[in-house]
Amino acid sequence: MSRSSSLFLGIFGAFALSCFVIVLAPQSQLGGLDPSYTEEDGGKISDIYPIANASMEQGSAVYAREGCVYCHSQQIRDPQNGTDIERGWGSRRTVARDYIFADSPLVGSRRMGPDLANVGAADWRNEPKDDVESRPKKRDAAWHYLHLYAPRTIHLSSNQPPYRYLFDVRKISGKRSFDALDISGEDAPKDGYEVVPKPEARALVAYLLSLDRSHPLKEAAAAPAAPATTAPAPQPAAK
Amino acid sequence: MTAVSEETSKSTVPFSTETLPASIPAVSSGAIAIERSLIDASTRGPVLTFLATAVGWLMLSTLLHLIASIQLHSPGFLADVPFLTFGRVFPAYQNAFIYGWCSLAGMGVSIWLMARLCRVSIRAPGVLIFGALFWNLGLAAGIVSILAGDGRPIEGMEIPAACQWLMFAGFTMIGLWAAVLYRYRREAVAFISVFYVLGAFFWFPWILATANVVVGLPQVHGVLKSIVAAWFIQNVHGLWLTGIGIAAAYFFIPKAINRPIFSYSLASLGFWTFAFFSGLTGVVRLSGGPVPVWLVTVSIAASILMIVPIATVTVNLVCTMHGNTDKVFHSPTVRFTYFGAIAFAVAGALGILSSLRSVDRLVHFTQFADAQQSILLYSFFSMVMFGAIYYITPRLVDCEWLSSTMISMHFWGAAYGSGLVAALLLFAGLAQGGAMADPGATFPQILQVAEVYFPGQTIALFLLSAGQVIFALHFILMLLRIGQPGGEPTLFTMPGEESSH
Repeated sequence: MSRSSSLFLGIFGAFALSCFVIVLAPQSQLGGLDPSYTEEDGGKISDIYPIANASMEQGSAVYAREGCVYCHSQQIRDPQNGTDIERGWGSRRTVARDYIFADSPLVGSRRMGPDLANVGAADWRNEPKDDVESRPKKRDAAWHYLHLYAPRTIHLSSNQPPYRYLFDVRKISGKRSFDALDISGEDAPKDGYEVVPKPEARALVAYLLSLDRSHPLKEAAAAPAAPATTAPAPQPAAK
Repeated sequence: MTAVSEETSKSTVPFSTETLPASIPAVSSGAIAIERSLIDASTRGPVLTFLATAVGWLMLSTLLHLIASIQLHSPGFLADVPFLTFGRVFPAYQNAFIYGWCSLAGMGVSIWLMARLCRVSIRAPGVLIFGALFWNLGLAAGIVSILAGDGRPIEGMEIPAACQWLMFAGFTMIGLWAAVLYRYRREAVAFISVFYVLGAFFWFPWILATANVVVGLPQVHGVLKSIVAAWFIQNVHGLWLTGIGIAAAYFFIPKAINRPIFSYSLASLGFWTFAFFSGLTGVVRLSGGPVPVWLVTVSIAASILMIVPIATVTVNLVCTMHGNTDKVFHSPTVRFTYFGAIAFAVAGALGILSSLRSVDRLVHFTQFADAQQSILLYSFFSMVMFGAIYYITPRLVDCEWLSSTMISMHFWGAAYGSGLVAALLLFAGLAQGGAMADPGATFPQILQVAEVYFPGQTIALFLLSAGQVIFALHFILMLLRIGQPGGEPTLFTMPGEESSH
């Protein structure tokens, strides 16, 4: 065999190996993942997760468009690999099945802000368990709107950019809108004006509130010390 | 022929004498010089197109990088301009840097290298110029899409598929011409740089096409896309850019100090281990994430095995330089390229270190990864490209660089700037990783320990940018043929003179 053909064979072989192992092999392992169900009851489907949720697509598109993923991950690591669960970001590690309906998984690789894999879960927290003082009463839509519009009114040192262009500042005509933001201080609009979320902000917040990957899965049991403070965690399916 | 005069005075080629016993047996040095200047002249149009557009993208990406860096410590900066919000500027900077500056400079240097090393003039250079045009159009559309919020929502593959296919079409023309140069080569034995360039030019279109096809398939959902994207971006950094960087270092270091490569068999070992291991390292980017554990383990193993190519390439380049390190004081090419070679070793060592699960646990999700990328793409790749451009451009425009002071300022700005940027990113990454390991710390507290480094990063980036702006000005002067008369190559100090550095 000539030198050139062995060179090309080698170069092609290197690519083929890389492509086969990293691209094709995981495809055959994960490509057929279904929403999980237990087969113990004679194949009867008793537990479907995750559930495809088309209504959140718009919000996830805004999340992707604004590049939230460059600062916020959406993946929980197991206790050997980090403190995510202890921190209150989730009750179990996230696995491939959690993302099967995600058009773009947005798992993220940077944490300039907290992980958001379960930010919509009732017991999600970003403060130490015993630090009740600094914890907001609840992280509902109003909280998220305020945090998007003026992050520093919530955390003085927040380095999240304010996303004011997702909101309208408009003159109050008649009654104040039901979802107008309660802002005080320098970020507040002029008297007689109110700040209301644009449709993008509504979609984004709906998406954030839908983020909850605490459903127990057989491949990822909830950690024994899972914080089940506010909402009773569903019984783990794992044995 | 100003540039030729420098070369005829040192007529040996950077081939190891044992591997090239009689490839240029009876040709006089004058004939070689004429052939070289003819080949160089044939590459003028396309190579200058590649380099000029690359420098343009370097300026744009530097500007975007500065904006993103300022936004990290002053989040209100340009926050009300939707297309300049951090989440769009950051990926736009990354893509403009990788596909604009790095890739176009790499292609320009590679085409010149191939013509030189295969001893073939480029016929129909218009094909290459068209290729560069398509690439630039696709990339420009891609960057505009990202800034407009229409980027593809896959980290590492933000340029929309349609734009990437336009770039792919452009690359097909460019890659085909590189293959043609190899096919009609007049040099019996292929130099090691030819291996790397051929490899990179073969791998890149396959990686680009495979990744874009696979993420577009309907059955590829969820984290499978993340896996493909990790594979893609790692290979763009590794097989594509690192490959070209090593090719250039292997050519310009021996060339500029006029010595053969230390060991050819070491170079060959380095190439084949690089080819087979590098492509498997991608999934370390998802280490600890929602992906099969075996896949991460394969990538970690491959990353550890990368010690073989990293060590062989480094040892080979350092041993080639042995006894000639004083040349970094004279020749801009040697200074930039050798700096790059050392940075290559540092980037490689960090890559191996951070792939280990015990280290990854600490530094994943922090700026540690940005530090690695900065060392690989700024301190190694870009510096090697600068060295190559300082060598190639005078041979294409028939005039010498105007000012050695400007080159010197560029070097110090780029060297200190990129070193400082990397160091501050590393410190910030380690500090944040350490803080995140404590579950009792709130996120604002975690960020506070990293935040102290952010303003420093911006300052270091300004230093780096200053060097690059000086370089860009100098390059524009060269395009306008404003250079040094007299035809002597621009060196920092004449050999023999006392060095001022």
